[in-house]
Amino acid sequence: MSATSVKNLVNQPYKYGFITEIESETIPRGLNEDVVRLISAKKNEPEFLLEFRLKAYHQWLKMSEPTWAHVEYPPIDYQNIIYYSAPKQSKAKVNSLDEVDPALIETFEKLGIPLSEQKRLANVAVDAIFDSVSIATTFREKLAEQGVIFCSISEAVKEYPELIKRYLGSVVPIADNYYAALNSAVFSDGSFVYIPEGVTCPMELSTYFRINNGETGQFERTLIVAEAGASVSYLEGCTAPMYDSNQLHAAVVELVALDNAEIKYSTVQNWYAGDENGKGGIYNFVTKRGLCKGVNSKISWTQVETGSAITWKYPSCVLVGDNSVGEFYSIALTNNQQQADTGTKMVHIGRNTRSTIISKGISAGKSQNSYRGLVKIGPKAIGARNYSQCDSMLIGDNAQANTFPYIQVDQPTAKVEHEASTSKIGEDQLFYFAQRGISEEDAVSMLVGGFCQDVLNKLPMEFAAEADKLLSLKLEGTVG
Amino acid sequence: MPENNVILSVRHLTASIDGIPILKGVNLEVKAGEIHAIMGRNGSGKSTFSKVLAGHPSYEVTGGEVIYQGQNLLEFEPEERARMGVFLAFQYPIEIPGVSNLEFLRVAYNAKLKQEGKEEIDTFDFEDLVESKLDLVKMDSRFLDRSVNQGFSGGEKKRNEILQMALLEPKLAILDETDSGLDIDALKIVANGVNQLAKPDNAFILITHYQRLLNYIEPDFVHVMQNGQIVTSGGKELALELESRGYDFLDEQVISEVGV
Repeated sequence: MSATSVKNLVNQPYKYGFITEIESETIPRGLNEDVVRLISAKKNEPEFLLEFRLKAYHQWLKMSEPTWAHVEYPPIDYQNIIYYSAPKQSKAKVNSLDEVDPALIETFEKLGIPLSEQKRLANVAVDAIFDSVSIATTFREKLAEQGVIFCSISEAVKEYPELIKRYLGSVVPIADNYYAALNSAVFSDGSFVYIPEGVTCPMELSTYFRINNGETGQFERTLIVAEAGASVSYLEGCTAPMYDSNQLHAAVVELVALDNAEIKYSTVQNWYAGDENGKGGIYNFVTKRGLCKGVNSKISWTQVETGSAITWKYPSCVLVGDNSVGEFYSIALTNNQQQADTGTKMVHIGRNTRSTIISKGISAGKSQNSYRGLVKIGPKAIGARNYSQCDSMLIGDNAQANTFPYIQVDQPTAKVEHEASTSKIGEDQLFYFAQRGISEEDAVSMLVGGFCQDVLNKLPMEFAAEADKLLSLKLEGTVG
Repeated sequence: MPENNVILSVRHLTASIDGIPILKGVNLEVKAGEIHAIMGRNGSGKSTFSKVLAGHPSYEVTGGEVIYQGQNLLEFEPEERARMGVFLAFQYPIEIPGVSNLEFLRVAYNAKLKQEGKEEIDTFDFEDLVESKLDLVKMDSRFLDRSVNQGFSGGEKKRNEILQMALLEPKLAILDETDSGLDIDALKIVANGVNQLAKPDNAFILITHYQRLLNYIEPDFVHVMQNGQIVTSGGKELALELESRGYDFLDEQVISEVGV
């Protein structure tokens, strides 16, 4: 544990950083109205969606990038980004997995996401998204038996236009913010989930996002609708190759829960974070929002954020239905030069609405990790309650942690509680472990695991162990 | 050549922290089966001595040697020293939120087994093993489920240290002011634990400010540390003399010795 031995600890390399050699169809760089039309045309979209995109594009032109987040980066040249890239397929529409390019199947296998029938995770249906398009969605037929729709959003646009028309942009309006407007104009693919009334989705649903092309932005769009009495658990995972240049990822996720419905949305985000000097990495500028529209509905966000050069992300809940519940459980880990400004918004509108926020920020290296959260209790939210807990853990002497809680209460019967703590993995703690024969890696892993326990417990069981392991890997060699 | 039963041999050990010399030439020999007490004022260097033996990274050894069971102890990392059987009971045991006491003990115990080339113990066998040691320190099994030292009283923390010691069965146990802040009942429990763990093949170094602990644990040797050196050594009667006359009498003694 001396200074030298700490330096000798090898930083675990990013093991998802490989590039798949595959022929892609890309459109020219830059963004203008023609590009928006081109994307829509490539996807054979109905007219209503093109109108949606164009409206968003013109809105976007009038907006400017938000600057309030506690992050710093050079200006992004939006005309230097490729807005559509898709691996070339021999056929326009792939009917079965046999017709998918084996290189793509192999890519996902390498990422630990087997798509072939024999090797699939037993109780998890997967939508695999590569750059701008969905490659395959598993278990579709089995889900369809119960009326559950799980497909790429491109397919949904064509096959379920009424649902898309009704819900797309209903939770995150196109003018919501700069990146949401951009996404609405150019989104290429994503997942669509629809759980009919009274159905409990029989398996975990999961989308795996993979950026491959070095100059492509990824703009995915996810929409999940749970009808009255329905429930679903959904998980997304993300990785990208290592490139020296920064890449933009601006996604929009919308969730709608009707009466007594429940949506649990979990994220394990491991986009490439850049190298130890901060070169390269993904800019993860994401808008995620859930609408608890019905009475007694519940939306729960659980996120484990470990990757990306910059994260700007506030999965939120709008609690409209009386007695509805919003939850946000977050672990945000930053290392080296990473910057994260992440948190949530809980907007209480209905009576007796309740929200819980548990945020665990871990900052190592020279990273910056900020929690930013808004709890807003509207004038009609009689009896609303919120509990927030924000804990920060610092590793080493050069990392930063910040907490920016905003609380706005317009209803005198509301109860809002906020707790915060900051701790540090220090030399003395590690020495105590060492004196009992426990190595530094094991010590850090036990400390971080313990710190994150409350949140890890909220992840679906299949992924909790994975997430725990990911945290340990990310922290190897951080103390010193 | 040291005799076979020498566990620890310290010669002319000097060490500093942030460039400030604290240890200024410590000599000490500890044999198997012995209990040594090191006494001294606050700031005399006795706690530093214990941390240097355990390898605390804040201290820099600037000279001298420490031979532990025939090996140069200073060459080893703190965790290696621990696995070789050097145990330090902390003056201020560290709180570790979120890590259960049982888990902590199990990982520590398995690290020792691994060092000895033995198979790791499974969770159930380990629980039985720990349960069997709890009585020694009069601890309730509920302590095992709590986070390490978190919310423990001063006495509970110290008893937890003795529990760890009982489990790890060190060759050389150094107790750094384990008696400080203990009420008489807790002191008796701690002392009883040490007495039961003292065996012909291991050794203890008790670092203490007061003679009180030595009423319950009888040392074979008492050393007095002053200004980073062991200035005088004797039997257990030396502790009683210090108790009755205070540390000031040493100043006179040292001065007179230097004068001669």
